Amino acid sequence: MDERERKALEETAKDIRALTIREIGTLGVGHIGGAMSIVDLLTLLYYRHMKVDPENPKMAERDRLVLSKGHAGPALYATLARKGFFPLEWLDTLNKGGTNLPSHCDRNRTPGIDMTTGSLGQGLSAACGLALGLKLDGSKATVFCIIGDGESDEGQNWEAAMFAAHRKIDNLVAFTDYNKMQIDGTTTDILDLERLREKWESFGWAVDEVDGHDLDQLDGAISLAKARTDGPSMIVMHTIKGKGCSFCEGQVGSHNMNITPEQVKEACAALGR
Amino acid sequence: MAEAPKEMRAVYAETLVALGAGNRNIVVLEADLMKATGTGPFQKAYPDRTFNVGVAEANMVGVAAGLSASGKIPFAATFACFASRRAFDQFFISGNYARLNVKLVGTDPGVCAAFNGGTHMPFEDLVLMRAIPKLVIVEPSDPVSLKAMVTRAAAYPGCVYLRLQRKSSPVLYPETEQFEFGRGKVLRDGTDAAVVSLGALMAGEALKAADLLKAEGIDLAVVDALSLKPFDAELVLSYAKKCGRFVSLENGQRAGALGSACAETIAEAGIAVRFARMGIDDEFGEVGTQDWLLSRYKLTAADIAATVKKLF
Repeated sequence: MDERERKALEETAKDIRALTIREIGTLGVGHIGGAMSIVDLLTLLYYRHMKVDPENPKMAERDRLVLSKGHAGPALYATLARKGFFPLEWLDTLNKGGTNLPSHCDRNRTPGIDMTTGSLGQGLSAACGLALGLKLDGSKATVFCIIGDGESDEGQNWEAAMFAAHRKIDNLVAFTDYNKMQIDGTTTDILDLERLREKWESFGWAVDEVDGHDLDQLDGAISLAKARTDGPSMIVMHTIKGKGCSFCEGQVGSHNMNITPEQVKEACAALGR
Repeated sequence: MAEAPKEMRAVYAETLVALGAGNRNIVVLEADLMKATGTGPFQKAYPDRTFNVGVAEANMVGVAAGLSASGKIPFAATFACFASRRAFDQFFISGNYARLNVKLVGTDPGVCAAFNGGTHMPFEDLVLMRAIPKLVIVEPSDPVSLKAMVTRAAAYPGCVYLRLQRKSSPVLYPETEQFEFGRGKVLRDGTDAAVVSLGALMAGEALKAADLLKAEGIDLAVVDALSLKPFDAELVLSYAKKCGRFVSLENGQRAGALGSACAETIAEAGIAVRFARMGIDDEFGEVGTQDWLLSRYKLTAADIAATVKKLF
């Protein structure tokens, strides 16, 4: 990635952050913290790595994303809208009756959403199944899956982790959004995930550990993971909950919070949007 | 009906092998119970389309959902207790709510769990499954209906829960019989009372009860429900009206599954009928032979005959 492209991606990430803040701000309440912490990843996936076609969201050879931490849907919706999967105006309908953008991702409602998620711990299993199905068809597509750190408390993740390594599912690249916070407190206080890298390594995954807001580091890790041909990859992203949102960055209370129009204005101004 | 009984699990496996030959999308998932389910022949024929996930039912159902999202038609099997209680949320959300295409097979239903005892005895699987919107729930009653239902499930674009008794079962239907989801069958016509049963074990006891009652001059109709959801309300109502005495019979909790479906159907139609629900009456399972358990939970032909007579 050259300097020019990185700059462009940084601007795109700012756009997506501002769109996400306005989207949740229009409703007045939402899962902003864990949405903001994955924006840099979503930017890299949708603007550099994933083969997708907004005009043809069901394109057979597309790469897939399973956002297992489905409550971060609003960040993905902002990304998909900016990318052209659906009109930007849809973002004003988040969680309203009859919307195509429900709080948690729904493959039947939203163009570009590949899997329904929200009951935590289930996405990685589905991603394994998707990846296996694509392999059976001889597809070259990659399945990406984002799980939360709090979500990693769920045992099903570890069933899926064993399975993916056993089956050497090499078209699967997973990320942990390790912002160190869950609903009731820090992950250290509630249920300590350490040593997270060693956990995944001991389960047989190739693990990389990066600053989830450093586009160069993250980009390099994704490229390496995609190129791997002997098994699944986990990229542990050290992130900051609420990253880039002036009124909630780094706050435990940002998991699901009320947001005022003044806060939206302030946060977007800070982003230059 | 002269045909010899067939092992149900062998029919399940044979049917999948045959379907798999014509359709590369058919895949099989197991959770370390492949030897019990008997899907070894499928694995042998199509090793690349067989996934044994180990003792991890939640992951099995989640992987099945993902496979179906890529266009595969997964048949995932485990004991019915684990298919329902253990993996319920995965089946509910990743399978059904996501409108995907997971065929979940629950084996050893109710007292068929026998020597595995109370921990493994699913009296509640159908109750849980019936609460899932739009889910198709079937329990074949013989090898012919099993083959037909598996075949139909493969062609149906949506989730199906198939309750499967593994052991041998008499052949009740001619090979050419046609089956549909939501349609029951009349196994034996009758005029004095009707029993509607679900599954091979209960159909067998109901037919024996009809023989017992015949000797006493009571003409018992035996209706094979086959499909709990969609439910054949029309057939139930026609026999409730025709006979005036009606019994539901199931190898599981009588509240919430077949008994409730019949009670709802009859009450909402406003029909006056003498009615009894046979099944497990708010109890846990326990260990024993299948025959002992049938007696313990009052599900034998003699119990059915006694229940029918009380309606006179």
